[in-house]
Amino acid sequence: MSALDPLRSLWARVRVGELRTLPIALVLGLLWLVLAAIDPTFLSADNLVNLTQQSVVVGILALGVVLTLHVGQLDLSVGAVSGLAAALVAVGVVHGGWPLWLAVLLALVVGGLVGSAYGLAYTRLAVPVVVFTLAGLLAVTGLQLRVLGTTGSVNLPFESWLVELAQTLYLSPGTSWTLVVVLVVGYAVSLFVTRARRLRAELPAASVARLAVQVVAVAVGLGVVVAYLGTNRGVGAIFAIFVGLVGAVDLLLRRTRWGRWVRAVGGDAEAARRAGVPVRLVLVTVFVGCSTLAVLGGVVAAGRLAAANQATGAPEVMLLAIAAAVIGGTSLFGGRGSAWSALLGALVVQSISNGLILLNQDTSARLIVTGIVLAGAVTIDALMRRAREAA
Amino acid sequence: MHANEVVAVVGDNGAGKSTLVGVLTGALAPDRGEILRDGRPVTLGSPAAARAHGIAGVFEDRALCENLDVVENLFLGHEATRAGLLDEVTMERSAWELLGQLAARVPSVRVPVAALSGAQRQAVAIARSLLGAPRIVVLDEPTASLGLTQTAEFLALVERLRSRGHGVVLTSHSIVDVQAVADRIVVLRLGRTNGEFDGRRSSYEELLAAVTGAGVTR
Repeated sequence: MSALDPLRSLWARVRVGELRTLPIALVLGLLWLVLAAIDPTFLSADNLVNLTQQSVVVGILALGVVLTLHVGQLDLSVGAVSGLAAALVAVGVVHGGWPLWLAVLLALVVGGLVGSAYGLAYTRLAVPVVVFTLAGLLAVTGLQLRVLGTTGSVNLPFESWLVELAQTLYLSPGTSWTLVVVLVVGYAVSLFVTRARRLRAELPAASVARLAVQVVAVAVGLGVVVAYLGTNRGVGAIFAIFVGLVGAVDLLLRRTRWGRWVRAVGGDAEAARRAGVPVRLVLVTVFVGCSTLAVLGGVVAAGRLAAANQATGAPEVMLLAIAAAVIGGTSLFGGRGSAWSALLGALVVQSISNGLILLNQDTSARLIVTGIVLAGAVTIDALMRRAREAA
Repeated sequence: MHANEVVAVVGDNGAGKSTLVGVLTGALAPDRGEILRDGRPVTLGSPAAARAHGIAGVFEDRALCENLDVVENLFLGHEATRAGLLDEVTMERSAWELLGQLAARVPSVRVPVAALSGAQRQAVAIARSLLGAPRIVVLDEPTASLGLTQTAEFLALVERLRSRGHGVVLTSHSIVDVQAVADRIVVLRLGRTNGEFDGRRSSYEELLAAVTGAGVTR
């Protein structure tokens, strides 16, 4: 037993892709150090608040992409659906005079219909999803232009709560710290309750010391983020909502029957079917979930811009969302991943973009660097798959 | 077919073994004939209907999701929940009990199935079929992908199934494997029954002749 053994076993788990978030977190840390070394203002509280707010739209879309990747599929129309949603909300509120909630509800229904169409086309007709959602991208973008009308752009009134929520609303220090305490206490309670139940069932359980370390790590992590962002504007409301969505999807994927079925279908749909999993239903719900998240992303985008225009949800947004999901560590091959990869991946993608803008680089540099990082992430994903198969 | 009995179905490729398994487990509809359960004819229209009649099937391949761990596979489609969330503690506990009954050696119930050997996967698949407390377990070509030691491990497992009161139907190419464990051996040839033998008294030559169609038939 050498001192290196724990490290080796850690490396073995990383290599086959069991611990996906750890290497990504390291990459993000490294990226930040490099950017900060070139321009120290990158790590200023002001800029990090900007970064968190900028990552929300791509992050919510990436969360939908994470869902489809879990079943080994890819929805190329998430950007277009978000653009259509933004257009529907803006036009409905400004030209239609509808209440905002009604416009958002309508957009959600439209998103649900688009997702069901994909799900049914795939499960009933076995249409290749990538091409079918590419068709969806074109058709939905056309609808978006039609909804926006001849001006091609509709401004939301600044006093609308959506604009306020997305642009100027930050959690007060009191709210932030209350949330931190609630989350940490909740986390600790769930860990120790599980431990007690496992011991009662005579199952192996983690030591108290280990759980304590986990709780302290989460507390310190959340505390540092809230304290540091708090020296500036604080935690943005939409960023908090985004993290909440990620947490909710993570809970659904890991702790519910639906989530287990999603992973089973992504791993081996035929085996899942034989085990009694309603494979078609699971697939349809995944596509609906993805489109619904795309709509939410589009609504937030409209709020952040205080407008919807032809560029909202442009193909670049979709590309960045898919890149974020894969960079964040969700496998393209299905059945493996985590909701948190949407958060980590969106932060990586936005850090590159934000950092290069600070360095006065233009779009070309941003696209090249993001492309290289995505290529790296896909390569690592493929290598992990090979390592698993060889194991 | 009754409890505590192991019936082996042997035959060459195309003899109808897989079709028989399909019919028994409800995956295929029979063209003719009837299935009697406790003396009464039954229709096994779907795998669920077959399970409801106490017949559980274990297929030679693709029975498990490789990316899921042992517990996740065992309870796939029949997960235990507690307040809407998965009850991992209960499932993990039952997983150990179930595998313990079969004396199956699995390093951990929390490793992905991809990391298990062929015999271990077979044990997990069989353990899963036992969840519904079936009267009869139908195994399709269970030894096809196993090595020598793994086959021995598997045959011991079949004996434990028998001693626990299950009826076992298994199909195989390998007369030797089957002789080691079967009480009754049914030989299929070109879609027809070509003899029924006592598992302990029949000789390899006798069985081989029935499988290939050379020489005597009973």
